[in-house]
Amino acid sequence: MKRRDFLTKGLGAGIAAGALLPLARIKRSMASNTGDKNTSYDLVAVKGGEPDVMFDRGIAALGGMSQFIKPGYKVVVKPNIGWDSGPERAANTNPNLIGRIVQQSIEAGAKDVYVFDHTCDEWTRCYKNSGIEKAAKDAGGKLVPGNTHSYYREVGIPGGKRLKQTMVHELMLDSDLVINAPILKSHSGATLTIAMKNLMGVVWDRRYWHRNNLHQCIADFTTFCKPQLNVIDAYNVMMRNGPRGVSTADVAKKNFLIISPDIVAADAAAAKIFGMDPTEVGYIKIADEMGIGKMDLNQLSINRINI
Amino acid sequence: MRNRYIKNARVIISLAFLLAISFAFLDIKNELPIIFIDIATYLQFIPSLTQFVTTLSLAALGFAVVILLTLAFGRVYCSSICPLGTLQDIFSFISRKLKKRKKYKYAKPKIKLRYAVLVSVIVLFALGGIFFISLLDPFSIYGRLTANIVRPLYTVLNNMMAKGLEAIELYILYPKALAAAGLSILLLSFAFLVLIGWLSFWHGRIYCNTVCPVGTVLGLFSKLSIYKLGIDKDACTNCGECSIVCKARCIDIKGKRIDFSRCVGCFDCIVSCPEAGIRYKANIFKHGISESGLLQRRVMITAGVASLLSYTGLGKLAWGTKLIEASKPTTIPEEKNFPVSPPGSISIEHMKSACTACHLCVSACPTNVLQPSTLEYGALGFMQPVMDNTLNYCNYECTRCGDVCPTGAIVPLSVDQKKLTQIGKVHFIKESCVVYTDDTACGSCSEHCPTQAVHMVPYKEGITIPEVDESICIGCGACEYACPTRPFRAIYVDGNYIHVMAEPPKIEKLETDSAKEEFPF
Repeated sequence: MKRRDFLTKGLGAGIAAGALLPLARIKRSMASNTGDKNTSYDLVAVKGGEPDVMFDRGIAALGGMSQFIKPGYKVVVKPNIGWDSGPERAANTNPNLIGRIVQQSIEAGAKDVYVFDHTCDEWTRCYKNSGIEKAAKDAGGKLVPGNTHSYYREVGIPGGKRLKQTMVHELMLDSDLVINAPILKSHSGATLTIAMKNLMGVVWDRRYWHRNNLHQCIADFTTFCKPQLNVIDAYNVMMRNGPRGVSTADVAKKNFLIISPDIVAADAAAAKIFGMDPTEVGYIKIADEMGIGKMDLNQLSINRINI
Repeated sequence: MRNRYIKNARVIISLAFLLAISFAFLDIKNELPIIFIDIATYLQFIPSLTQFVTTLSLAALGFAVVILLTLAFGRVYCSSICPLGTLQDIFSFISRKLKKRKKYKYAKPKIKLRYAVLVSVIVLFALGGIFFISLLDPFSIYGRLTANIVRPLYTVLNNMMAKGLEAIELYILYPKALAAAGLSILLLSFAFLVLIGWLSFWHGRIYCNTVCPVGTVLGLFSKLSIYKLGIDKDACTNCGECSIVCKARCIDIKGKRIDFSRCVGCFDCIVSCPEAGIRYKANIFKHGISESGLLQRRVMITAGVASLLSYTGLGKLAWGTKLIEASKPTTIPEEKNFPVSPPGSISIEHMKSACTACHLCVSACPTNVLQPSTLEYGALGFMQPVMDNTLNYCNYECTRCGDVCPTGAIVPLSVDQKKLTQIGKVHFIKESCVVYTDDTACGSCSEHCPTQAVHMVPYKEGITIPEVDESICIGCGACEYACPTRPFRAIYVDGNYIHVMAEPPKIEKLETDSAKEEFPF
């Protein structure tokens, strides 16, 4: 039975039940499940290869995609495709990495793999010029628009301090697994944009976040939406003028990849790669304090892979 | 024998132009190649003439081709190339099929009215600019109909289909944001649809032969055409079939004459004649001056003088065009001195003088930032396109509006040129900024800024505040669009009356030794 059918048939009881829908739904789709893993690592960091190769090695160290994907799963891959610029500018997630994530998901038995972002620049150009549309499609993924209001549904954020409700893309709510696949970049508003910040691309009204304590809102949303897997592209890193960047002169080749089910830990590790302490990034610190994840990397078991 | 081929060819060509032009206006997802749109609009008379006059480009000789075609074959433009002409024929066709108007009857030429309209339009052009031409140009009228009425409906249909497919988890179609034009523009477009629809439904091509400036001008040339339609007096039995089908109502069956200046070249009469008595042939020997010849000459002289006048700048004095003085940089919240005109429009003055408000650019704009104006450019700039940064911003890499513009009002820019074309300048009102009022991080403006003309500088502990550098700003409006404050935005773009080149963005080399880094944790 489809999740949607289940919900409409099973919970047709009334408006009161409807109000609880978002809560009910995230149980499977977005709450971080760390239970049934055959791995002892909290985080895998890979260095030295091409993005797709690093992903292959990293995910293998976590026990492979089958640890996360069951046959028939509906999977969402959420890259950063915010800008109408090519891969060399490192404003969007590396297309080869996204292609490989899609491919591995399908190989692990996923029924559908959807890829989307609520972009800043005109979205069809972003999808195309980032190279992600082609890479994802070639690998068997389906590109879905993110800039369409009708695809968004209102949800409550019970754990949020400033962000109490927001509108979220339906695929985030209806899927079995979310793979958050951001790129590490400098960010003029949020200091850095990594995994937590990347989730601003699944909500409709970002303006509210900017108007109401950006760092707190970013952390608040992660109480609601915790992707089971975060894959951070730190291959080419935009070191300044982010998140858009002005030219390739803003980009340094760092050649890292981070994979972790803990979104705060993943962001903390990426911040270190950028050359900052996680405590310098407001939302990482807040999320750590709110208990969403761990930013102290010393407490984590990390697998470091050199290629 | 009735020769059907020529009429059938006319029908096919006219539908091809109508469809191609309609597709250009309904290309809501920018899927058509620019060359297709350029070809579809190349022969449109007023846009092409305007482009030629404003850019002196030899590529804009479509209007000359039309004149040559007219000198050879008569006003074939009006029934084959002009989309509004074909639209009217469709209305007439429906009228006939519904048996509402089965017969047309010869009408005397409304010579005075016709030339009075043409002269008025030209004189007003000389005095006040292009507005009245825009209002009556058939291509622009058709464009506004398609862009403002059909396109929103088409978009809604697309969105409903996309929504339907989405319900079964198919994302092959996608919805497109609906940005309807202002009410005044909708009403005007609709009024023209009703007026022209009604006229053509009941009276055939009366618009083309009394009001349309293109029809009148081409009528002057078609009097001199080599190929003309004529009635074979020996074959004619006075049955009147030809006159009955003539939408231009220019066949005088009693006098066995065809007023070729009003003939729109539909060739229906050839098909209608049971005796095959309508001849379409070279008529190079007979050029008698008709009853309206004298008036015609006066019209041509007046038109010539008026056109000259208009390019000496006398027009502006006569009309008293108000040039707003560029004032000192504003300190008042969101005080904009000028509207922002699209990149490639050179200056607001150029835009106002060369745009016929056909709204092809508005239709082509992928972000919907380009919208028909209401009074932003003044009353005479009504409907010309203006950047609305509250709706969206100009995509840094996009040059589509200039690529499709058929009149030269927006000249095509290369992407590199566009990225340095400053259409307006950024203004920051610190006192309105979230960072200043709330002591929280924001940076939405700088985030979106493609040149970092808006960049963040240290403010208080852990947070930064915008700082602007006008010299590298191109006025794309991304900052204004992204700024979260309301009702007044803390950052906005004030239009440049004359577009200038911005300084290129500052590009410094990054100091990095990253390649050999080890794990920092």
